[in-house]
Amino acid sequence: MREIQTGDVTNTVARLFEHSCHYLPPDVIIALKQAREKEKSPVCRDVLDIILENVEIAGKEQIPICQDTGAAVVMLELGQEVHITQGDLYTAVNEGVRQGYDKGYLRKSIVGQPCFARVNTTDNTPAMIHTDIVLGNRLKISVLPKGGGSENCSRLTVLTPADGRQGVIDFVVNLVDEVGSNPCPPVIIGVGIGGTTDKAMFIAKKALLRKVGEPSPDPEVADLEKEVLGRVNNLGIGAMGYGGTVTALAVHVEAFPCHVASMPVAVNMQCWCARREEAIL
Amino acid sequence: MSKKVMLPLTDEVLKDLKTGDNLLLTGVIYAARDAAHKRMVEALGQGNLLPFDIKGATIYYMSPTPARPGMIIGSAGPTTSGRMDAYTPSLIAEGLKGMIGKGSRSKAVKDAMVKHKAVYLGAVGGTGAIISKSIKRAEVIAYKELGAGAIGRLEVANFPVTVINDIYGGDLYEEGKAKYKGKAS
Repeated sequence: MREIQTGDVTNTVARLFEHSCHYLPPDVIIALKQAREKEKSPVCRDVLDIILENVEIAGKEQIPICQDTGAAVVMLELGQEVHITQGDLYTAVNEGVRQGYDKGYLRKSIVGQPCFARVNTTDNTPAMIHTDIVLGNRLKISVLPKGGGSENCSRLTVLTPADGRQGVIDFVVNLVDEVGSNPCPPVIIGVGIGGTTDKAMFIAKKALLRKVGEPSPDPEVADLEKEVLGRVNNLGIGAMGYGGTVTALAVHVEAFPCHVASMPVAVNMQCWCARREEAIL
Repeated sequence: MSKKVMLPLTDEVLKDLKTGDNLLLTGVIYAARDAAHKRMVEALGQGNLLPFDIKGATIYYMSPTPARPGMIIGSAGPTTSGRMDAYTPSLIAEGLKGMIGKGSRSKAVKDAMVKHKAVYLGAVGGTGAIISKSIKRAEVIAYKELGAGAIGRLEVANFPVTVINDIYGGDLYEEGKAKYKGKAS
């Protein structure tokens, strides 16, 4: 049994949120630069130049890349040999969110009641926390400050098994076409296929933790990712929807076993500003 | 090449703005999003005055991050405009001339823009650090209790935008997409 103190969890969560809102992961920057090279529309190339310049200024001058510093999504992988001491884990995570959003001058965007008074909780809590129990004696913390604009373009459906592979492709491509400029393209498209409906959306979100453009290890799934990406980029939407040939930077598909009668498909949409960061305690 | 435009927008200026034009705006704009729009439209319904003169005004759909000490404003990029669609036609009918945001507008908003001569301008989503540089002064003027969603008065200089919808019914999203559909491979 290894002990991890809640104070370390709080400090780590705070640091990850503050840092991730000012610096994009290197793979995201590379993907944006490659998009700039590939893009055939001069208008969208200009947009991508502005995007890349903005990322640089954000880091240098400590101004958040985007003013929507998101809902605080936190994914935990907790080793079963870890003992959390000095308080409870989720309180520690929320305290980290509170401190990170305060010290980092990040926007607090959470309202306490979804369809009633919608009063801001003023500290961006509660975090959206997901926990996997895994082997080992470590705690991995991944944070995703998830903006509302792209999250609002996410969608869940349950197809019939007869809809098959083509049904999945059509659902994802039609959704990207429908939401167009709204999710701040070029987007990263997280897709979850299978499980029950809750599982499908969870693995779609988890797919966003993958390095941008890293294909699925399953060749059939990787092939599906490639086909969807090709179809999406042929829609013509382009960066910010101004018309172009790079609408998505990547499609990440995760699959999971499901009921014989079902085929849930979830899309979790991520704007180009794909902030994510992780630490292992 | 970007065209320099002084605010407030007048019909004379608007007639020369075409879908796809890049503009640099200088003057006063008002920051407001969903909650503030809801209140403004409620105020109009009750026959009350709006917190600022809407005639000729430009609204920026934005709520910033908090300013660090010594800074004018924090990150200040556009939010998704579609959430304001329900409230927008009545504001356009009252004289609103410009809207700055990102993402497509409803048919009702587009029709109102043509009918009453107003434009929708796109700012690049997620680029709030760069955009903050063109904001020279910022103050909250109404609905303070909405926090970051309060109405702000912003003085801007060379604020970069692209004309999405002009007064002639042009739409950059539709035109751009038609031009590049099927062109990726």
